[in-house]
Amino acid sequence: MEFTIIIAIATMGGLGFIFAGGLALADKKLRVEENPLIGQVNEVLPNANCGGCGSAGCYDFAVRVVDGKVSPGGCPVGGDETAQIIAQILGVEAGESVKMIPKILCGGGSKEAVKKSADYYGPVSCKVASLVSGGDKLCFYGCLGGGDCVSACPFGAMIMNENDLPEVIEELCTGCGLCAKACPRNIIEMHPADRDVFLFCKNQDDPKRAKEVCSVSCIGCGICARKSDGGIEMINNLGVINYDKLDVSKIPFEKCSTGAIKYLNGKEIPVN
Amino acid sequence: MFLLNHTKSFNGGVHPTENKSLTENLSFETMPVPKVVIVSLNQHLGKPAKPIVKKGSEVKAGEIIAEQNGFISSPVHSPVSGKVTKITASENVSGFPKDAIVIETNGVSEFVKMPPLDSENVTAEEIIERVKTAGIVGQGGAAFPTYVKLNPPKEKKVDVVILNGCECEPYLTRDYRFMIERTDDVVSGLRLIMKAAGVEKGAIGVEDNKPEAIEKLREAVKKYSNISVEVLKTKYPQGAEKMLIKAVTGREVPPGKLPFDVGAVIQNIGTAIAIHDAVVKGEPQLTSAITVSGFGINNPKNVIANVGTPLGDILDFCGGVKDDAVKVVVGGPMMGIAQYDFSAPVMKATSGILVLTEKEINDNKQTPCLRCGKCVDACPLNLIPTKLARLSSLEKFEEAEQLDITVCMECGTCTYTCPANIPLVQWIRFGKQRVMTLQRERQTV
Repeated sequence: MEFTIIIAIATMGGLGFIFAGGLALADKKLRVEENPLIGQVNEVLPNANCGGCGSAGCYDFAVRVVDGKVSPGGCPVGGDETAQIIAQILGVEAGESVKMIPKILCGGGSKEAVKKSADYYGPVSCKVASLVSGGDKLCFYGCLGGGDCVSACPFGAMIMNENDLPEVIEELCTGCGLCAKACPRNIIEMHPADRDVFLFCKNQDDPKRAKEVCSVSCIGCGICARKSDGGIEMINNLGVINYDKLDVSKIPFEKCSTGAIKYLNGKEIPVN
Repeated sequence: MFLLNHTKSFNGGVHPTENKSLTENLSFETMPVPKVVIVSLNQHLGKPAKPIVKKGSEVKAGEIIAEQNGFISSPVHSPVSGKVTKITASENVSGFPKDAIVIETNGVSEFVKMPPLDSENVTAEEIIERVKTAGIVGQGGAAFPTYVKLNPPKEKKVDVVILNGCECEPYLTRDYRFMIERTDDVVSGLRLIMKAAGVEKGAIGVEDNKPEAIEKLREAVKKYSNISVEVLKTKYPQGAEKMLIKAVTGREVPPGKLPFDVGAVIQNIGTAIAIHDAVVKGEPQLTSAITVSGFGINNPKNVIANVGTPLGDILDFCGGVKDDAVKVVVGGPMMGIAQYDFSAPVMKATSGILVLTEKEINDNKQTPCLRCGKCVDACPLNLIPTKLARLSSLEKFEEAEQLDITVCMECGTCTYTCPANIPLVQWIRFGKQRVMTLQRERQTV
């Protein structure tokens, strides 16, 4: 009886030694040297795996930074601070990293935009609602209010306000840009945080219809573009701001009859 | 041939409450010409027609006001005599504003017809040319320009023309009334289609809930040995092209292929009537036959209205909408499009206007998927709706593509059958559209 137990233990023990030896040998022979920098960079990244940088996740970004394929400032979530640390680790210059903030370029919440004479029943999602008669607002360009951007935000930095428009909580926002990608109407645009002139409308309808469907729409009158020296251009009944040429002092903001174009001048976007 | 004489059909499908008794015994009533018609330039699949009239032009009924623009396109005729007041984007039954020609009628009843052709001596080319100039589009719902379908590619061997008399959508009785009231014209239309496509064999598929129509058609085709009337099981979507081919011929259309590929041409009963009128009488299609039904309308009717008549005028003609009506749908209840504006005009391919009450629609709360598999059993195309819908909502388009999301014809059988009230077809529609965009992008690269 005892003898059987000894044989069993000896066999298991022997096998264990043989396999351990094999593994030890494999570790020596087949070892893949990973650049230690990758681990170091990965540790300082936010590890939110949001994909905002365009890589598959934070580890992938670390690999690409170390390879020199992207600049240390490429992580929009980490911002300047992380960029500096990564640059230190790699011993290179940190590229310019500008903090980007999403701007919701539609002012037509439930108070301003005119609703269709029918309600929308169906999945509460902008991307589905936009296929069914373009949602329940008469405007075919504006915010649908379904909150796809809110559910796309991995940082909880977006909420729907009481006017059924999304709002960005800038302290929480990391500028990853996932909300902009989620919007089927392309209302959300990423802008440098210090920009302060925006046209809060995307409506390209003729002036008559634009006025009918919403009280804060751009009706394409072109009064803002006329003396802007190319700072604002009128394309398809809609003002398009060319930020390189924009001279704020030349734009008559107070003359915009619907108040669609706004100069924020450091102020928060007024909640309508 | 069969041991058991069971009715022909396909696998899957559902049988919703028919509610056809509301209108099935009512003859067509012709609506008076409305004061203003809004003639959409997008009445067919493909490129919109190009207007050839201007604001202020005087037009006569039957005159071409917008010409064909490209291969898959169709000309548009003025349905009334009057004056063009504007050409503008206007509300459309598709739910999105589309360009349309607005004509104010002047009460003169002039009708510019084309020379009638002799149905026995006419050639295939003459029929196709006539169908093209008369602007005939498929009446089954998709409004595909008919002349393209009559002209199958030379390398495809087509051997049968099937007329679709299933009318599997609940409520609708328009095709049924055509089969009862204009039986001989249906058969004449079918013979013209067979001639145009160069096919010897013809069949008319009718569901077995229409015994009177089957009897009348059988009587009418007695003298033609090459035309048969096929009785099919009453089941939705029996009238879908692929299902109909499977039921009548036993052939299955592979994913991504067309009826041509299995040697069949499918046309709707309404299309056959339109082809008969265009060839034998020389009339382009200026009116559409529409079933106005549902428990929310005062007097359900089968109506013949001018193309371009606003929905509101037709609803008024049928006694107006009841107080408890909650939803207006253009088309059938399964695949039709809900409307938000009664100024949207009727189109060539409009087959029904339904005014539904609370009881007839399902707005029950959505609950989580039970994994019961009812949608999988019911899908006539053997897809996995529950998985496709989930993949679409998670935007996993590549996986959805591998599971053949683009094969889906959006019949809505899955959503109808789902006990958890999940909007399956709505999500699949979204996913399908995105996948098709991806495929187009890949092609251009």
